[in-house]
Amino acid sequence: MNKVANYIKSLFLWELILGLKLTGRYFFAKKITVQYPEEKTPLSPRFRGLHALRRYPNGEERCIACKLCEAVCPAVAITIESEQRADGTRRTTRYDIDLFKCIYCGFCEESCPVDSIVETRIFEYHFEKRGDNVMTKDKLLEIGDRYEKQIAADRAQDAPFR
Amino acid sequence: MEIRNYTMNFGPQHPSAHGVLRLVLEMDGEVVQRADPHIGLLHRGTEKLAESKPYNQSIGYMDRLDYVSMMCNEHGYVLAMEKLLGIAPPLRAQYIRVMYDEITRILNHLLWLGAHALDIGAMTVFLYCFREREDLLDCYEAVSGARLHATYYRPGGVYRDLPLSMPQYQSSPWHNEKETAERNRNRQGSLLDFIEDFTRRFPAYVDEYENLLTDNRIWKQRTVGIGVVPAERALALGFTGPMLRGSGVAWDLRKKQPYEVYDQLDFDIPVGVTGDCYDRYLVRVEEMRQSNRIVKQCVDWLRAHPGPVMIEDRKIAPPSRTEMKGDMESLIHHFKLFTEGFCIPEGEAYAAVEAPKGEFGVYLVSDGANKPYRLKVRAPGFPHLAALDEMTRGHMLADVVAIIGTQDIVFGEVDR
Repeated sequence: MNKVANYIKSLFLWELILGLKLTGRYFFAKKITVQYPEEKTPLSPRFRGLHALRRYPNGEERCIACKLCEAVCPAVAITIESEQRADGTRRTTRYDIDLFKCIYCGFCEESCPVDSIVETRIFEYHFEKRGDNVMTKDKLLEIGDRYEKQIAADRAQDAPFR
Repeated sequence: MEIRNYTMNFGPQHPSAHGVLRLVLEMDGEVVQRADPHIGLLHRGTEKLAESKPYNQSIGYMDRLDYVSMMCNEHGYVLAMEKLLGIAPPLRAQYIRVMYDEITRILNHLLWLGAHALDIGAMTVFLYCFREREDLLDCYEAVSGARLHATYYRPGGVYRDLPLSMPQYQSSPWHNEKETAERNRNRQGSLLDFIEDFTRRFPAYVDEYENLLTDNRIWKQRTVGIGVVPAERALALGFTGPMLRGSGVAWDLRKKQPYEVYDQLDFDIPVGVTGDCYDRYLVRVEEMRQSNRIVKQCVDWLRAHPGPVMIEDRKIAPPSRTEMKGDMESLIHHFKLFTEGFCIPEGEAYAAVEAPKGEFGVYLVSDGANKPYRLKVRAPGFPHLAALDEMTRGHMLADVVAIIGTQDIVFGEVDR
């Protein structure tokens, strides 16, 4: 009996019809596609994208050139040079991140004792010429300034877990 | 007239070569006489690299070995360190790790299923598999901040606890408020709610894949009786994971030498009968269902048992940020750990996890310094690829693609 049923099923392409029924159902179903540039998939506040350097609310840069991020960076992507300023504080004169070397592991942010270097939500960026891949201190601070609100909100949301 | 075998080059830039496999095939007409895999095109020297940096800094590189089962690789490395240090992570961290290992297994098998089906000629499954991967990658992102290379496990636990909220879709010209609300329906609660919702939906999705493939005559013609490996050969060749279980050997490290909390979880080990591509397909599909069961159990446990996810030993785990900013000793620990790392006592250890592809093992030798003296990775894909010659011999050229697919080769781990 089973054999006959199998033969008939096989003869009438039963399993192919079942498969086609499934694809047919999805053909008419509501699409789940996200129309990318206009709309985006949700991003977690923990997202590790492009780096930024932050400032204190009074405008002073946070980074004190402790070089923990430089030491902890597995890809050796960070280069820091520092000096003592006239007011006696220690600040960086050079803070470069080579984005070609960076593996976006998040250790720099994890290690920073003053919440200065952070990885932001930005994941769409490009370079136009050689050398653009090195994020200098100015570029990093500019990103930090521009997205400070979002960066601060994300850190606040994740603070209980860190 | 002289008839000679034709030598053919397959790959390394072939879409079904799964990355950068170069095969030198000796053909007799369309029949493979000998297959000679040439590897090393993705060699990045991970093992040597690990010798030059403190232990924790190599965690991120473990993700990049088998780049479709990221957290399982981290797990193997972290377990080896913990073995040498003689520490055990808190129970909650163990459950989180097991949950993410199983999510990783589903991720890996979904990619495998989609790519394997695509190689053999079934387009549609690929799209459905990637739909589910999207949800799971969101779980990855929610917990670690990266969708693939998580760097989430640490010796002594995991970096951060599971978040209490999920990010949500914003409405756009394409989708109005109502549609967006519908999209965000399963994102209202915590990450655990999101994962639980997924585990409820997932079995029906697996039914869909099976609906498309399991009885499909073309699928069966391409896989049944292809690449048969008898049980004793599979053992002799050093197979592990679904490749071994497909041949009928019920060997699974999660059952045979349970690590973390696998001995407290309820799941079954599917095994095949004949050891052909079709059996291995069935084994992997069933493994997805079993992983789903494990994830569900972990979610239930994690919901009921809040607690620490990292050990309190400040010589291994850094203090929390509030502690670090308020207390001198914590700050010193913080600086020590992020510059020098920690030293592991002299000795050697081998720790293995049941990665989606098989036994992923890490052999770690320490000379007492803050970086490994030697790190050896036992990648499951390597012995599988070594058996490619035996598996393909006598098959047609098109079957080579099916066999490469069934081996679930990923060159990140084979070449390391």
